[in-house]
Amino acid sequence: MAHVVAPADAAAQFTGGVAEFDIAADTVRRLIAELDRRYPGFGPYLDRRMAVAIDGEIHQDAWTSPLKPDSEVFFIPKIGGG
Amino acid sequence: MTDTLDRPDVQTDLKIVGTRPVRPDGADKVTGRAVYGADFNLAGQLVGKVLRSPHAHARIRSIDARKARAVPGVKAVITGADLPDVATEFHEGGEAASNMRDMALNVMARDAVFYEGHAVAAVAATSAAAADAALELIQVDYELLNHVTEVEAAMSPDAPVLHAHLFTEGLEDVPSLPSNVARRHKIERGDLDAGFAQADVIAEGRYVTQAVHQGYIEPHACVASWGADGQCQVWCSSQGQFMVRTYTAKVLGLETSNIRVTPLEIGGGFGGKTVVYLEPLALALSRESGYPVKMVMTREEVFRATGPTSGSVMHVKMGAKADGTIVAADVELKFQAGAFPGSPVGAACMTTLSCYDIPNLRIIGWDVVTNTPKVAAYRAPGAPIAAFAVEQAVDDLARKLGMDPVDLRIKNGARDGVKAPYGPTFANIGYLDCLEAIKACPQYSAPLGPNQGRGVAAGFWFNVGGESTAAVHLNDDGTVVVTNGNPDIGGSRASMAMMAAEVLGVAVEHVRPVVADTASIGSSMLTGGSRTTFATGMAVIQATEKIVAELKRRAALIWDVPGEQVTWKDGAAHCADPAKEGAKPLTLKGLAGQSARTGGPISASVSLNAQGAGPGFGVHLCDIEIDPETGHATVLRYTVAQDVGRAIHPSYVEGQMQGGAAQGIGWALNEEYIFDRNGKMENPGFLDYRVPVASDLPMIDTIMIEVPNPRHPYGVKGVGEVPIVPPLAAVGNAVRDAIGVRILELPLSPPRIRATLDAKAAG
Repeated sequence: MAHVVAPADAAAQFTGGVAEFDIAADTVRRLIAELDRRYPGFGPYLDRRMAVAIDGEIHQDAWTSPLKPDSEVFFIPKIGGG
Repeated sequence: MTDTLDRPDVQTDLKIVGTRPVRPDGADKVTGRAVYGADFNLAGQLVGKVLRSPHAHARIRSIDARKARAVPGVKAVITGADLPDVATEFHEGGEAASNMRDMALNVMARDAVFYEGHAVAAVAATSAAAADAALELIQVDYELLNHVTEVEAAMSPDAPVLHAHLFTEGLEDVPSLPSNVARRHKIERGDLDAGFAQADVIAEGRYVTQAVHQGYIEPHACVASWGADGQCQVWCSSQGQFMVRTYTAKVLGLETSNIRVTPLEIGGGFGGKTVVYLEPLALALSRESGYPVKMVMTREEVFRATGPTSGSVMHVKMGAKADGTIVAADVELKFQAGAFPGSPVGAACMTTLSCYDIPNLRIIGWDVVTNTPKVAAYRAPGAPIAAFAVEQAVDDLARKLGMDPVDLRIKNGARDGVKAPYGPTFANIGYLDCLEAIKACPQYSAPLGPNQGRGVAAGFWFNVGGESTAAVHLNDDGTVVVTNGNPDIGGSRASMAMMAAEVLGVAVEHVRPVVADTASIGSSMLTGGSRTTFATGMAVIQATEKIVAELKRRAALIWDVPGEQVTWKDGAAHCADPAKEGAKPLTLKGLAGQSARTGGPISASVSLNAQGAGPGFGVHLCDIEIDPETGHATVLRYTVAQDVGRAIHPSYVEGQMQGGAAQGIGWALNEEYIFDRNGKMENPGFLDYRVPVASDLPMIDTIMIEVPNPRHPYGVKGVGEVPIVPPLAAVGNAVRDAIGVRILELPLSPPRIRATLDAKAAG
C-alpha cells in the first residue's frame, strides 16, 4: 500500500489530525477518491489545492499518475512560479 | 564552463542540443521590428486610461462620471458598477491559484479601494488628451479609512481590517474574528527543543526585506476589440495568452470561447505578467464604445498598480554542533500579500531550508494583507526572501564555528535520498556538485583587498511541468514549423527549434518556431515556473517523433518495403531491406516534396501534462567592496554555479543565471518600495527606484552543472528561477565580510551601510 502524508493543517481540518495513511490505490485519482470516502470533503480539497509528490517527483493535476504498492506520497501545496 | 555528470536514462549522443545557434527572434528584436504590446495598433482604436485611487484605504460612497462622459471625444466610461460580480473561484496562475473574485476586485474597485493606485474607473476616448480630461472630471466621493502597509503592523489585533470576510486559515482553532492574516503555513519535523539542546552554537536574527518590483522594461499594454457578434479579440504582452483568455473571461463573466488572445512580444515579465490588469478593462470599454481600445500603462502605473513581491519580516534561529552538524532550525516568515490574500509565503516555507538536511525544524509562514498593491509572482516567488534570512544565519553559524561556509553547506547539504522539509525525497540533484564547483572556482581563492568582502549563499526552487501543446508541420520544401502556446520570455523559440531539429536530424535553421494565438494551438499553461523548455519542450519532442514516424511510413511506401525496414538518421530515411540494397536515403526535403502523392501534408500535434520536473539548486559567490566614505557597495566579482539539468542552448541558460544574479543584486543593494505616512508610494519611477544597469555590475561568471533530469528525453530541468534565490544573501554575506557587521535589513543601500559604519565607529 502507498504511504500517504497530508499537510498538518489540512489534516486538522478534515481528518481530526490524522496526517498519515496507508492506502491501496494505483492512481492518484483513486487515492484521492479513497481519502474522500474516508473523510468526506477531503478529496475536493486535495484535488483543488494540492500537488502530489510521488516518490520524490512533483505531479500537479495528475489524476492518471501511477502509484506503486510501496510509493511514498506527499500532498503539498500547488506550486506555480514566476 | 559546463560540468556534465553522466546519467544513464538520458540521451547523450546529441548533435544540436548543447550548441549555440543564432536565436530565431534575434534579428527582429535588435532592429526594432519586433512587435511588443505598446507597438500594436488597430484602425479606429480609442485610447483607454484608468482613474486610480489617491488613497491607500477608503470606502467609495459614489462615483459621478456625467461630466467625463460629456467631454468631446469620450466614447465610454466604466466603473465597477459596469462589471459583473465574480464569485470566489480559484484558477492556477502565477505563484499560487488565483481567486477570481479578488482578481476582479483588483482589476476595478467596487465598494472600496485597498491601495493607492487601485483602479476606480476607466475611460476610452479618441485622443489621450480627451481621456486625460475625462479622468479629471470623474468625481469619486471617498470615505477615508485607516490604512496599514507594514506586515507586522497589519498582524496587530488593533490594525484596520481590510476584509471583514477574512478569517485566518490554517490554525488549529477557527478564529472568531476577521483579521488581516489570511493563512498560516506550518511545516514541522523532529523535536525542535531537543535539537537546540544538542547545539553548541546558535545563530539568530530578525531579518527585514521590502516590497520590490519585477522591474520589467515593457509596461503592461493591450489592444482589445469587442466584435459585433460578441466574438472578442485581445492582443497583448503577457506570460500566457491562455491565462489572459481565462482571467479576462472570468472577470467579465464571458465564455472563454468568445475571446481570442494573440500574444505579442514580451519585454520582460519575471512573474509579473501572470495576471491581468488592463485586458478586461479594455474589452469592457470596447463593448461600451463599439471601437477597439488600446491601453498602455505608464511606468508610474506599473509601480503603483501592478504586483510587486512581498515585503517581509523573518525570524530565524539555527543551531549546530561543534563539528558543524546543523541540528535544529526555527523559521518564521511574515509576508505582505498586498490588498488581497496570496503572498508567496507558502512557497517560501517549502524552499527556505530545502538546501539542508536538518533533523529538527519548524517553519511557520503568515500570509498578511496590507494596503499595498496586490503582490504578483516574482521569479521563484518567495524563495529569495526566505533565503536572505536563512543563508545569512548559516553564514553566521560558519563564523561561530570557525568553519568555511562552503564546507558547512557541504556537510549539511541536500543530496539524493535526503527528505526535503516539505516531504518528498530528493533524487538526481546536483547541489553538492554546485558547492564543490564554487569552492574550486578561481574567485573563491583570490585574495581580497581593504574594505572588500566575500559572501556565498545557496538557493533552491522546485521547477514545475504542467499542460503544454505543440504542433509540428512539414512544409513542402522540407522546412519545418514548430508551433506552441507559450510566449518566448527566455529563449523558448530557440529551444523548441533545437529540440525539433535534434529529433529530425536537420540543421536548426530549417525549423521555424512560432508562438500561436489561443485559436491556433491547443491550450498551454503560461510561461512561468521554469516550465516551458521542460514541459512544452517535451510536447515538441513527442510531436516531432510523430513526424519522424510518419516520414518513415512514407519512405516505406515509396520503397514498397515493410515499415520496420526503414530507419531515420541524420535527416533522412534509410532502407534496411536487403532486397533494396543500394537504395539512396530519402531526405526530409525529398519526402516533403512527395507528400501530396504519399498521403498529403505531414503534421502532428501533442498535448500533455508534464510531470516530474527536476528540482533546481544554485550557489552564488559575491565579492564586494564598500566605500567607507559613502557606504556605496560595488560588486567586484560574481560567480554562479547551478544544476541546470541539461542546457539545450547554453547561452540562454547562462543568460538566465546572469539575469537572475543581476536582479537579485539590485534587490539586495538598492530596490525598495517606499511609502509615505499616507500609504502613497514615493518612488514610482526608475530614477528613484534604482535597478542595476550594465555599468553597475561586473561580468557574471557561470558554471553550469549538468545533472540530467531522467523524466525528460534530453535531461532538461528548469533554469530561470533558481538564480534569483541566492543573491540577496550572497550580497548580504559579502557586505558582512567587508564591514564586520551584519545588516539584517534590505536594501543594503549607501545610507544604510554608512549609518551602520557610523554606529560601529561610535562603538
